[in-house]
Amino acid sequence: MTPRKQRMLTVGLVVVGVSLAVGLALQAFQENLLFFYSPTQAIAGEAPEGRKFRLGGLVEEGSLTRESGELKVTFMVTDLKNTLPVSYEGVLPDLFREGQGVVAHGYLQPDGSFLAEEVLAKHDENYMAPEVAELLAEQGHPVDGKPAGPAKN
Amino acid sequence: MIPELGQLCTTIALCLAGVQTIFPLVGAHRNQRSWMAVARPAAVGHFVFLTIGFGLLTYSFIINDFSVLIVASTSNSQLPILYRVAAVWGGHEGSLMLWVLLLSFWTVAVSVSSRRLPDYLATRVIGVMGFISVGLLLYILSVSNPFLRILPVPFDGNDMNPLLQDPAMALHPPMLYTGYVGFAVAFAYAIAAMLAGRVDQQWARWVRPWTTAAWTFLTLGIALGSWWAYYELGWGGWWFWDPVENASFMPWLIGTALIHSLAVTEKRDLFKGSTLLLAIGAFSLSLLGTFLVRSGVLVSVHAFASDPTRGVFILSLLVIVIGGALSIYAWRAPGLDRNAGFKAVSRETFLLINNILLSAATGLILLGTLYPLVLDALAMGKISVGKPYFDTVFIIPMLPLVIFAGIGMHAAWKQADTAQMVRKLRWLVVIALITGIMMTALAWGTGPVLTFVGVVTGIWLVLASLRDPVMRLFGKGPLLTASMIGMQIAHAGVGLFVIGVTVTSTYSIETDQSVRIGETVQVADYSVTFNDLQQVQGANYTALRADIDISQDGRIIAHLNPEKRVYRVQTMPMTEAGIDVGLGRDLFVALGEDLGDNAWSLRIQYKPMIRFIWLGCIVMALGGLIAMGDRRYRAAIQSKSPAVESGTATKLV
Repeated sequence: MTPRKQRMLTVGLVVVGVSLAVGLALQAFQENLLFFYSPTQAIAGEAPEGRKFRLGGLVEEGSLTRESGELKVTFMVTDLKNTLPVSYEGVLPDLFREGQGVVAHGYLQPDGSFLAEEVLAKHDENYMAPEVAELLAEQGHPVDGKPAGPAKN
Repeated sequence: MIPELGQLCTTIALCLAGVQTIFPLVGAHRNQRSWMAVARPAAVGHFVFLTIGFGLLTYSFIINDFSVLIVASTSNSQLPILYRVAAVWGGHEGSLMLWVLLLSFWTVAVSVSSRRLPDYLATRVIGVMGFISVGLLLYILSVSNPFLRILPVPFDGNDMNPLLQDPAMALHPPMLYTGYVGFAVAFAYAIAAMLAGRVDQQWARWVRPWTTAAWTFLTLGIALGSWWAYYELGWGGWWFWDPVENASFMPWLIGTALIHSLAVTEKRDLFKGSTLLLAIGAFSLSLLGTFLVRSGVLVSVHAFASDPTRGVFILSLLVIVIGGALSIYAWRAPGLDRNAGFKAVSRETFLLINNILLSAATGLILLGTLYPLVLDALAMGKISVGKPYFDTVFIIPMLPLVIFAGIGMHAAWKQADTAQMVRKLRWLVVIALITGIMMTALAWGTGPVLTFVGVVTGIWLVLASLRDPVMRLFGKGPLLTASMIGMQIAHAGVGLFVIGVTVTSTYSIETDQSVRIGETVQVADYSVTFNDLQQVQGANYTALRADIDISQDGRIIAHLNPEKRVYRVQTMPMTEAGIDVGLGRDLFVALGEDLGDNAWSLRIQYKPMIRFIWLGCIVMALGGLIAMGDRRYRAAIQSKSPAVESGTATKLV
């Protein structure tokens, strides 16, 4: 193979590879972007219907209800302005607590509630998801703990 | 007194690193022997003082000196001694100390073993590594000082995050960092060679073992992290495409491409441009990883609270290192490549495809990792990129890569004999197809087409990799060098990994159930019986321990004790899963929460062949280890004539 052909081959492969990559990336990207919304935004209809998104806020005190012995659980997520009921069936994370920050992945239901597929709580006692911390700071709520805890790996 | 002494030693190390940077680089440029001679003693001194500094810091952790801020924030008097040592790198400041310590260790290793290297190269390599040390040490001493005191002195420490109190997690950062920092050697070699204006086959032969060593450590480090996440985070996932995981995986991918590109540069004196760029890329991504993880910009378990000065500092360092390296590349790279040709079907072509696919995968992962950060920084909304994106953009370049890897290994340099390769490999294709489809169908019945494709390609790669070594055992085929055997074993490891990932992701059963004490639930063909729940006392925690039997066909096959622990100091609950380990499948039970009415939530999982994932990684690392040991790399400087090499090199890697 002459150097010229070799360069052509290289360029050709790179072009094919890059265009394939870009095409795939854009498509997969479109489908898998998860937006973050507060209960206020979700209630205002800003959140897309029928599409998965992340809902964040505080678990309202005293809102956790569960039929005794059942896995299914409901609780309210609040940004201190509005609240949204969330239902979930599964094991809740270790650090899930009433009055603490939470981020849920799932869908808005036609009845206005949120069906969570996944529930994430804090990673340790001092840590809160930055989105939630920021959201609460906007509402003038004293955030317990900094956006991220003391140095932890 | 001890921490102040540690700080003093670290400051002296910084000064020596400065000396190690300036004198060798300027000396090499001006060809002043006396200046160049400073390189090795300065590197050794730098290492010695840094080791003392790190040792004194560790001492403060061991004796529980809570007047030191980071001891108070990440350790505790009740912590077992192993974890008190591990707590040194459990936090931000200490982990960066470990980073620079490892960097200076690599520097000394390079300077000791570089006696056979020409001075023009060795001194520059040491100088460039000194430069990186200066940057990091300045950062540590100015905005991330691990020796700071705290007043008033707390009575006891804040304790280590219970999730990190685990042997694998104690070992994970040092392994990972050794790998990260190891790419600094390849980076320094690349910069040094460009500064000196000489990139040749001999140069590639010098860089290869270092790159392979770094890659081996990084492989093990990532595997340890994944294994830890699987059993310790409590929920049975082994890879989450978390930004912090991506931060370690991207240097690995580029490092893998670098290893392959170096092979072409060594054997054929080609691909010099891409080799240099990949060397710059691997280390830049390691630095970027440090930045992502250490500056607290990420939403993740690894994120740190920190003031923005830290982020700005690391970002500037990043810009200087990457920008500087690329400028040198732009200045020096034109005219490096020799115009030796190769045919369309040749090992060069396969390695070229390999580099393109690995770089493309890295680029797509980088996009998914950084895009949310960029949008957030521009106040354009808070998004995250879901796991399916990463799965998709990773699998698509990797599938052809795995298929081509099996073929490429058997292709000759320059021009491969296609007919001969077909004769050699056709039966392996048939065997892979039959065993792959049979195995999957018999064990799990049906599945998506992609699953069969995955298993078949995995088996194909294992077979294609092991063909030559197995033939050799029977005294047939060409003689194999250590680096060839290492390469083949590493590829077999990739094959095992592919099989494990494919089977686990398709056939895993994951279910959350409410189970009463005394009740039995059925998961697939396993009966899970929740016998009992008891309170137990651990060293620094209290736990509820469940007693669970799993039976199949009426016979008890596993007895598991998942726990819900509460650590006394941080009062943080933690799930300790019960896992029945097997090569064919893991059975995994995690204890959830009290649901009332004597019922508890249990997460019950069946994970077929998940062990192949880490087994594959260990085999890959083993391959790296064997390849590193090749005597060729330690032999004295050989004849410089490239003709001799390329003539005999048709079957050598």
